[in-house]
Amino acid sequence: MIACAEAWRDNGEVLASPMGPIPSIGARLAKRTFSPDLLLTDGEAMLVGLDGTPEGWLPYRQHLTMVTGGRRHVMMGASQLDRFGNQNISCIGDWARPDRQLLGVRGAPVNTLNNQTSYWVPRHSPRVFVERVDMVCGVGYDRAAAAGPSATRFHRIPRVVTDLAVLDFATPDHSMRLASLHPGVTVDQVRQATGFELTVPDEVPYTREPTDEELKLIREVIDPKGTRDREVPAADAARR
Amino acid sequence: MTDKTMTAEDVVARLRSGMTIGIGGWGSRRKPMALVRALLRTGITDLTVVSYGGPDVGLLAAAGRIRKLVTAFVTLDSIPLEPHYRAARESGAFELMEVDEAMFMWGLHAAANRLPFLPVRAGIGSDVMRVNPALRTVTSPYADEASGIREEFVAMPALRLDAALVHMNRADRAGNGQYLGPDPYFDDLFCEAADAAYVSCERVVDTAELTKEAAPQTLLLKRSSVTAVVEAPNGAHFTSCVPDHGRDEAFQKLYATTPYAEFADRFLDGGEHAYQSAVQAWRKEQRQ
Repeated sequence: MIACAEAWRDNGEVLASPMGPIPSIGARLAKRTFSPDLLLTDGEAMLVGLDGTPEGWLPYRQHLTMVTGGRRHVMMGASQLDRFGNQNISCIGDWARPDRQLLGVRGAPVNTLNNQTSYWVPRHSPRVFVERVDMVCGVGYDRAAAAGPSATRFHRIPRVVTDLAVLDFATPDHSMRLASLHPGVTVDQVRQATGFELTVPDEVPYTREPTDEELKLIREVIDPKGTRDREVPAADAARR
Repeated sequence: MTDKTMTAEDVVARLRSGMTIGIGGWGSRRKPMALVRALLRTGITDLTVVSYGGPDVGLLAAAGRIRKLVTAFVTLDSIPLEPHYRAARESGAFELMEVDEAMFMWGLHAAANRLPFLPVRAGIGSDVMRVNPALRTVTSPYADEASGIREEFVAMPALRLDAALVHMNRADRAGNGQYLGPDPYFDDLFCEAADAAYVSCERVVDTAELTKEAAPQTLLLKRSSVTAVVEAPNGAHFTSCVPDHGRDEAFQKLYATTPYAEFADRFLDGGEHAYQSAVQAWRKEQRQ
């Protein structure tokens, strides 16, 4: 949650679009603490404050303008993700006749070319972190570069957060790098859970732990019912 | 003014096999389900369906009515994956034009504005281009002042529709349509992109009634882009139609977990009245 919240640090007055429970808690924690100017939605068509007070109207088509206007940082999920950050949420297997049909490309192509796009993977495994994704929905660094300047102009994938680690693309060729390990996790664990060769710096820091104030906010104010434990079991969550 | 009211049966009698039909709403929200159910009672097939997909797509797919689907996703919202759509895709039941949500919107805008395409910064770099080999790109005629670069965009083709089906909260007899929920979705665009737009609504009211309590901005559809109005109370069921009613989550779950033939046998084989009665009967059973 802290690693998710940190994605929105210093983002200023942009829309935080978290997909899934833990990114949502992260976005609200960021807004409550170090990024108070963030905009949040009620999950429908309203921009709301932390207490739910509406402060703006954001129906789907205006949301799409916010995407292309760039005043947004989304944290999407990923069924598959490769070393350059290409993401798949469409289908598994051959697209023409998939083994498993998933949601569809949704807004991943437009998101990745226009606003900051981070990813959240609740279960870090070789099934998600694959050598090649079956259908490129979210555009990674290599594919954006190959597509040319209009693809790279606003393309940026700040970070990938998983239940084990934080990953980023701060390498010369923008391939995925281990940025920090969650406390209690080893480099080997992350390597084994990743289906491609990961860049691992000599010194890997630990993901920062929540402050007492942040812990209190998460437990008592933002998520008193513990929805976070349903996404990542508490035994794992204790590591963060 | 022309009275455009008709029945759902009148509407589907105007549709033909092989048509391109746009369906409004979004996911499992404010879908024109009564019109979709009426369509299912006909022999119409071979359709190209254009939709931000929900159970409309699921039902038509399960019934084998789709030749081609144009969409960015299909979902039931609270149930992320649409089971009938999944099954149809996994058996290769129909052709799919899978595009990004924004590309889809610009396709409707292009059709509504009678343009052959509109440029969009989405799609390039992704496999949307691979799975839609007919998609073309367009180079900006204007160079960027700082870099001198002329950018390349996807030329999203117009999604022109033979017919649009949408569901509103209110409408008058002339075809002015009103939504009272928080999101218009893309329903006005669907109507403007279509040669004929069929609007079902919770209640047909006098024109003066439309703005008696609601703000004028809620008047989403103009009668000039609407062909016919169908009064269909609870016509979005089981999808949401706030503030008139929310999504029927229990019934949606039943839909998602029942084999289509069994579901159709119990709920879809009669008319709309029979459907609503069967839902009532099912609900009563649940309470016992």
